[in-house]
Amino acid sequence: MFAYLAKRVIQAVAVMFVISLIAFAIQGNLGDPLRELVGQSVSEEVRQQLRDEMGLNDSFVTQYLRFAGNALQGDLGTSYFFKEPALDVILKKLPATLELVFGATLIIVGLSVPLGVYTAIKPDSILSRIIMGLSIVGISIPVFLTAILMIFVFSVEYGWLPSYGRGETVQVWGYWQTNFATADGWLHIILPSIALASIMLPLFVRLIRAEMMEVLQSEYVKYAKAKGINPWRIYFVHALKNTLLPVITVGGVQIGTMVAYTILTETVFQWPGMGFMFLEAVNRVDTPLIVAYLIVVGFIFVVTNTIVDLIYGLVNPTVNIARMGA
Amino acid sequence: MSLLSVRDLTVKFAMRDQTVTALNGISFDLAKGERLGIVGESGAGKSITGFSLMNLLSRPGYIDSGKILFDGEDVVQMNNKKLRNLRGNRMAMIFQDPMVTLNPVLTIGQQMIETLMAHRKLSREEARQIAIVKLREVYIPSPEERLEQYPHELSGGMRQRIIIAIALLLDPQLIIADEPTTALDVTIQADIMELMLELCQSNQVGLILITHDLGVVSQMTERTLVMYAGRIIESGRTREIINDPQHPYTQGLINALPQQTLPGQRLKQIPGNMPGLVSIPAGCAFNPRCKYATDFCRSRVPETEHYGKVEVACHEVQRLNSDEDRQEAQA
Repeated sequence: MFAYLAKRVIQAVAVMFVISLIAFAIQGNLGDPLRELVGQSVSEEVRQQLRDEMGLNDSFVTQYLRFAGNALQGDLGTSYFFKEPALDVILKKLPATLELVFGATLIIVGLSVPLGVYTAIKPDSILSRIIMGLSIVGISIPVFLTAILMIFVFSVEYGWLPSYGRGETVQVWGYWQTNFATADGWLHIILPSIALASIMLPLFVRLIRAEMMEVLQSEYVKYAKAKGINPWRIYFVHALKNTLLPVITVGGVQIGTMVAYTILTETVFQWPGMGFMFLEAVNRVDTPLIVAYLIVVGFIFVVTNTIVDLIYGLVNPTVNIARMGA
Repeated sequence: MSLLSVRDLTVKFAMRDQTVTALNGISFDLAKGERLGIVGESGAGKSITGFSLMNLLSRPGYIDSGKILFDGEDVVQMNNKKLRNLRGNRMAMIFQDPMVTLNPVLTIGQQMIETLMAHRKLSREEARQIAIVKLREVYIPSPEERLEQYPHELSGGMRQRIIIAIALLLDPQLIIADEPTTALDVTIQADIMELMLELCQSNQVGLILITHDLGVVSQMTERTLVMYAGRIIESGRTREIINDPQHPYTQGLINALPQQTLPGQRLKQIPGNMPGLVSIPAGCAFNPRCKYATDFCRSRVPETEHYGKVEVACHEVQRLNSDEDRQEAQA
């Protein structure tokens, strides 16, 4: 167990190193930070002096090492716009994004399993054909278009659901404000969650259906039938457990990808999360904030993937984490 | 009364552009506790026969016509509930490859206990105790520990023993074993066969052994069916069929055994291949590979007839035997 964990952590550190390198390299190519910091009236001499003081004239390696050293201590630079540590800015926005991802994940997990299993068991039924048809539509329409269509229908035409913002939130802990404590909060998170789920849900339905259909052809399912086992037990114990193994692996990667899709969703719904913040930071050429965002998102990605691998080991008996060494 | 009575069973496969016949009106009987072998090359319809008996054909295969009377009840007409009660309970099946038969994510215990609980009102603990007893019967060491293990932790031979134990869990009247040792090491094959013979004899369980191994059939069974292209072409007591085969195809199979060949000689194989389901030749399906075939063989399907001590479906069987007699007389 320990050896496996250690191995995973070393891998995660290596990935984080590469991400930080890329993020840092971007920093040097996003315009001159002095232009953002000082006005036009400052003379070239003073600018040079400031550059020296800020270490902008040092070699790339020296600058990167300084950046990495600070990053390890939780200092990802100071946002030009907010005049606050970039990490703090992101942490304030993080809960909104995580709640949005959580809402979308609920929808995806809650619907993809029953829909995927149903379409696998009854592939020729009319309902299955409708579900499969809609899934193609869902995958094909970009998230921002789905979001705008939903706002048009449910907010503008019918006025059932709010179209922007988080609505009423309740302070939970630290920066954490939650949507799930008030009715208004719930109403506000519905449309953004559906929009965010609109691509992943059809993907998962199709994935589960394909895996399940393959598993249903297997010898052990035929054998279970030959033992006279109840079909529901065959579907949900014998087949589903085997179906979910590959789905978990793909799912972990997709949860990470979903964080990226939040940029689109949050922008359309004016959702005050870090995706929306990132887009604003790009507009303002707030380089430290952009870099910090990339690193935080990379970190979330690495952590979820590591957790998913561990869960996979727990679910799949043929992977024995306890005995897994080098 | 016989335990199992199959009458004119016809199984078809609905392919995209045509329907092919996989089993063509086969009929046979099995007495209580009798052991029957079904032999033939790959594609003869042996496995399909086995799965049909449990009404367990998967699409696109289906039973087109005929009866499968098991203990007087027609399996073909049973509804799903009756079929579930039949499968695993009164009729059990042993699959070909133990490496893929057991579910990889369920423990041996779960897979045994669920089978018991699907058919009997038992507590989990009672079911567990029965499972342990049955594992002992198939000589599995420390059965309590095995119940907690997953299939991948056990060897192929061990898994096939467990599958035999599962087949015996509910004391069925009939076990259908579909090439139960094909996927195993030769050394383990003999052990498994011996075990099955012992258990079938001591528990008075009927056995249908599907195999292409005539040696195994001669040790294990009392009667044998020889199948070719979806028909039974010869049937009778195993001893008669092995020692005095009548159909040219059965003769070919027996001549092809390594024991019939001197060291260093080529094995005497039957020329040609089993026809595919879409291209079964007219007349006797074996005629293109048969050195005795006449024009009559190429145009008419032979009926099954008594000949000597066996039943055989061959137009030429009488002439062949008289030729043989004459040759023997001359010699």
